[in-house]
Amino acid sequence: MSDNPILSARDVSLAFGTMRAVDGVSLDLWPGEVLAIVGESGSGKSTLLRLLAGEARPDAGAVLYRDPAGAIADVHAMGEPARRRLARTEWGFVHQDPRDGLRLAVSAGGNVGERLMASGARHYAEIRAEAARWLERVEIPAARIDDAPRLFSGGMRQRLQIARTLVTRPRLVFMDEPTGGLDVSVQARLLDMIRTLVADLGIAVILVTHDIAAARLLAHRLVVMRHGRVVEEGLTDRVLDDPRHPYTQLLVSSVLAA
Amino acid sequence: MSWMLKAEGLSKGFTLHLQGGAEIPVLHDTGIEVRAGECVALSGPSGAGKSTLMRLLQGNYGTDAGRILLRRPDGTVADLAKASPREVIALRRDTVGHVSQFLRVIPRVSALEVVAEPLIARGIRREEARARAAALLSRLNLPERLHVLPPATFSGGEQQRVNLARGFVADFPLMLLDEPTASLDAANREVVIGLIREAKARGAALVGIFHDAEVRERVADRLLEVAPLREVA
Repeated sequence: MSDNPILSARDVSLAFGTMRAVDGVSLDLWPGEVLAIVGESGSGKSTLLRLLAGEARPDAGAVLYRDPAGAIADVHAMGEPARRRLARTEWGFVHQDPRDGLRLAVSAGGNVGERLMASGARHYAEIRAEAARWLERVEIPAARIDDAPRLFSGGMRQRLQIARTLVTRPRLVFMDEPTGGLDVSVQARLLDMIRTLVADLGIAVILVTHDIAAARLLAHRLVVMRHGRVVEEGLTDRVLDDPRHPYTQLLVSSVLAA
Repeated sequence: MSWMLKAEGLSKGFTLHLQGGAEIPVLHDTGIEVRAGECVALSGPSGAGKSTLMRLLQGNYGTDAGRILLRRPDGTVADLAKASPREVIALRRDTVGHVSQFLRVIPRVSALEVVAEPLIARGIRREEARARAAALLSRLNLPERLHVLPPATFSGGEQQRVNLARGFVADFPLMLLDEPTASLDAANREVVIGLIREAKARGAALVGIFHDAEVRERVADRLLEVAPLREVA
């Protein structure tokens, strides 16, 4: 267990006009840890994720990333080229809509290989072989390697996005509602896949979801957001089984048991 | 031998914000101490707070007051009541094991994987973890053809045996057992009694809720009465 967080947010805020989308949020994420941010639509959880990933700039506060050598960088002060380099090497982002994370006209193998090339791989045969291994890992038949993802189902596209993101073995992955647009039967398969890959690779993950069951399955720790603020946080099963804040109690009690 | 678990001054209540802020006190100034090789059975009427105490002891509920001292395998002591989430996760990996009444099934994950997981979390190689998991499942009379299936479709008794195997597959200094023999037949009840006795023999401390009087008689060294709190006016 490492004693230094890989990512820290310090008093981060962002307002849209008079609406405080994210209001003074601080959090830490440790290597290998899965942190879920839960809350309803409009709670600010997706905006917070964009701030953490450097995709949006906060009005106040800082997001600090510790690199493998232990150097700490302010994500919003490092400059766009440096942030983009991070985003395609040590970080990954899984979007709710796979169309935002894939190139639909490029083959499945190309989508995975492209990210390998962006992080420095040059040998074509090795790139293709690695892409094939990753398609298999996310249960996409190897025979589909030359098909474009616009021919794929929603669940397959999402699995392809996960392969594309994880192929470079990032240390930190941001996930925004990764099972959001999928059928329930497809969600379970995807959740189990994410759970296994994240544990096997030891990746740190910040996961935004409104799905409490998904959070329970995947996350070590939970942050509950409402109106842009963190109202409760802690060990996942404790927050869900012994919720303290009125809003968390409402959230937990609103889940239907199947 | 010295204690493995020493909890004192434990208080726990719930504030139900959705019910107009109703306060439900459950435990007040409760304590428990368990030595290595000892099994303590919690007794008391339904609703007295036995399950709440068990949940406090595994960090599933947060304590309002008091401390829960656990002795780690290396001999150092941790206070679960003050532990950070990451410390609780580490304590659950190495120090405190638990068998709940119900298995939380994960779609697509086989019984074998469910049982092997606590060993893999400790860094034991997957093949060895799976072999040990399979051996324990077989000892609990779960047919081998079921090992590779997700337990979602298993009967209550089969799921309970998967749960038991998961709880007993790794050696924990402290084990919490919530009705471990509920929904088991006589043969499997004997297996569980054997597992509990072996855990005691290797020096584990155990705390259990046993509604089955015969099982309680055969494994528990003493009873701890959990008394219901009187309603606070």
